[in-house]
Amino acid sequence: MRMQIVAATVVAALSISAPTHAEISESDNQEIKLLKQQLDSLKHDYESRIQALEARIEATAINAQEARSQAQQVSQELAQKPARPEQGKVSSNSFNPAISLILDGRSTSIDETELSLPGFQLGGEAGLPEDGFATGHNELVMSANIDDTFYGELSTAIVREAGETEVELEEAFIETLALGHGLTLKAGQFYSGIGYLNDVHDHAHDFADRPLVYEALLGGHLLDTGVQVSWLAPTDTYLRFGAEFLSGSEYPSGDNGSNAEGFSLFAKTGGDINASSSWQLGASYYTAEFDVREAGGHHHHGGEEESGADNELLNGEVELYGVDFVYKWAPQGNPRERNFIFQAEYFFRDEDGDAEFVEGADFAEAYYDGEQYGYYAQAIYQFMPRWRIGARYDYLNADNDISDYVDGGIPLDEFLEESGLGDEGNPDRYTLMLDYSPSHFSRIRLQYSQLDTGHEGADDNDILMLQYLMSLGSHGAHKY
Amino acid sequence: MSLKNVRWVIPVVSVLLMATMFANPAHGSLRVFACEPEWAALAEQLGGDQVRVFTATTAFQDPHHIEARPSLIAKARRAGVLICTGAELEIGWLPLLLRQSGNADIQPGQPGHFLAAEQVERLEVLENVDRSAGDVHAAGNPHVHLDPYRLLRIARAFAERLSEVDPDQANVYRSNFATFKQRWQEAIQGWESMATALKGSRVVVHHSNFSYLLDWLDMEVVADLEPKPGLPPTTAHLVRVQATVKAEKPAAILLSTYHNDKPARWLADRSDLPLVRLPFTIGGNDDAKDLFSLYQTTVSLLLEAQSQTGQIND
Repeated sequence: MRMQIVAATVVAALSISAPTHAEISESDNQEIKLLKQQLDSLKHDYESRIQALEARIEATAINAQEARSQAQQVSQELAQKPARPEQGKVSSNSFNPAISLILDGRSTSIDETELSLPGFQLGGEAGLPEDGFATGHNELVMSANIDDTFYGELSTAIVREAGETEVELEEAFIETLALGHGLTLKAGQFYSGIGYLNDVHDHAHDFADRPLVYEALLGGHLLDTGVQVSWLAPTDTYLRFGAEFLSGSEYPSGDNGSNAEGFSLFAKTGGDINASSSWQLGASYYTAEFDVREAGGHHHHGGEEESGADNELLNGEVELYGVDFVYKWAPQGNPRERNFIFQAEYFFRDEDGDAEFVEGADFAEAYYDGEQYGYYAQAIYQFMPRWRIGARYDYLNADNDISDYVDGGIPLDEFLEESGLGDEGNPDRYTLMLDYSPSHFSRIRLQYSQLDTGHEGADDNDILMLQYLMSLGSHGAHKY
Repeated sequence: MSLKNVRWVIPVVSVLLMATMFANPAHGSLRVFACEPEWAALAEQLGGDQVRVFTATTAFQDPHHIEARPSLIAKARRAGVLICTGAELEIGWLPLLLRQSGNADIQPGQPGHFLAAEQVERLEVLENVDRSAGDVHAAGNPHVHLDPYRLLRIARAFAERLSEVDPDQANVYRSNFATFKQRWQEAIQGWESMATALKGSRVVVHHSNFSYLLDWLDMEVVADLEPKPGLPPTTAHLVRVQATVKAEKPAAILLSTYHNDKPARWLADRSDLPLVRLPFTIGGNDDAKDLFSLYQTTVSLLLEAQSQTGQIND
């Protein structure tokens, strides 16, 4: 700017001094014109040079700012370089899948470890915890995006039962990432998308054991092999629809000829009420046909082998309907200090088949048509960082019709009792829990529950459990 | 035209109008899913009328500890581009959200997947990552948005990304960036001349989320209320911090909106240090309405606190 003023002054001074001659001749005029032209060109020259200078000054300022930030970054890089020689180096293990390990251990005081619920032929993993010290489901999960098209996950449970260590395959599936349009395909062995808790691994549950309705009607979880297709609607309100084509050979179904007899449907919707609270509502349906379903749960102490009886359901069909609801609250949507979760699920199961019970030389046969339902409702409150309390209520009800009874040496009463089909009472359970989480990755839980199996004259089963749950390795993301 | 004819014309016309509204890509056609308010603000600066921005978290939520709620999944389903912090800040929910979104455009590796912290060098990058050190991240401190120079580099990269995702409007994004850059550079000079008094002053923090701000302003952290990053403060640790405060005589305790103020208040009551609630991001206080006012109010609050040092703050 200053240079411009100087130039203008010079030009002005010259232009003032020019017309001081008293007489102006033609040649003078010519000369003046020439001078003026020279002056003009001089002026023009100065102006353009000044402009160029100004532009350069501006550019320098910008460059200086950039240089400063670059210098800052370089100095940071230099500071970090010796500490991180591997930066930028691609080693083969950087492509390893994310590994997460869950350690689960517990000490239990329980009156009766055998789970028997009148009116329910148990199967799958249904059962009660062992008395005393035991490790639970130590779970190893590996997952990664396989490429830009697929995601893959494997989860196994390493459990110790009846003095033997077993590795159980929980989930092994692939999932599409790039179909778009809200479509996702999943294939392999996976927890079905029905219900709310069904596809939540046990370690992510808010209690040390599963709701009774899951034990009784789904054998813990509906875990099957097949294909799942789900579609998310392009709406502001969350709306997801899913269908599954499953082997249908897992409880509550059983062995079947084609290994492709299971089918399920589910729908979920949900949203935010305000910044602090949100909800989700789901509805599910599952159906399967089977040739043979072996009754008897997956007893953690080998109860199945103890009884020498064969308890089966032949040529059966099962249908299951469910509704689930979850409500979550946290002040301003920040759950770190305090938060509250309410969840409830209801399932109704309609099944029929030919019941067959064989014990040594004696046998019994009947046509069985059962309608059973159950629900649970639970509330969890984190009242301060690290500490949560929770309460849960479970209820089950069975209404079984037994007809065309064939007595092969076993009276009807005994058959009803031993096959698990007699619907003499309504099991229920009250549970309280308190847990403490020193960090995001560790949790210690104390839980007390009182189980009334519904058997006539049976005492309540008091269960007191102290459990630890630890998460090692990658941050496992838990679903809503 | 009889009345009967008019009656069906109205719904048909309104349906057609609605259809054209949905089909018309001219206004706000690119949906941006921003994980945090600062990136939403940046997307609005660079996208202007061409984008519709959804923010997944507020200033009162800890972006490290939210869930993939149904409402967020529904928004991610239709997003054309996603802008998040990255550096493992959203590790607890973003991977699941992406998997459930059924949206191929915003998956990792796609142009529609933009992670801000990956555009710049990060502070506090650890060589050995062990959880006994708290909830730490191998990728370094993710809270990069409070360094204006890093923010400018992120803005440049994001403008380019918007141009790649939505090439028809590339000129708009680039010229919006040029305008932003000029205003931002002028603003930086203003803040830096305001903040010269802050140089070298010492503070106590709650969590390491102001590291970039303090690094930019040449301020020093003497103590952290969290015993380890991400772990809630304990009484034993606070007593230790109290001793440090006595020895080091810092100027203030800094706190962001989403942290519980009890530990900081406890210390403030016992040390006569002013407690400064910094907005941390857009919406963190009434003044922080966009990126410019966020920085303006942050620097002002720091200066205010410094002038108060030695006085009892209530």
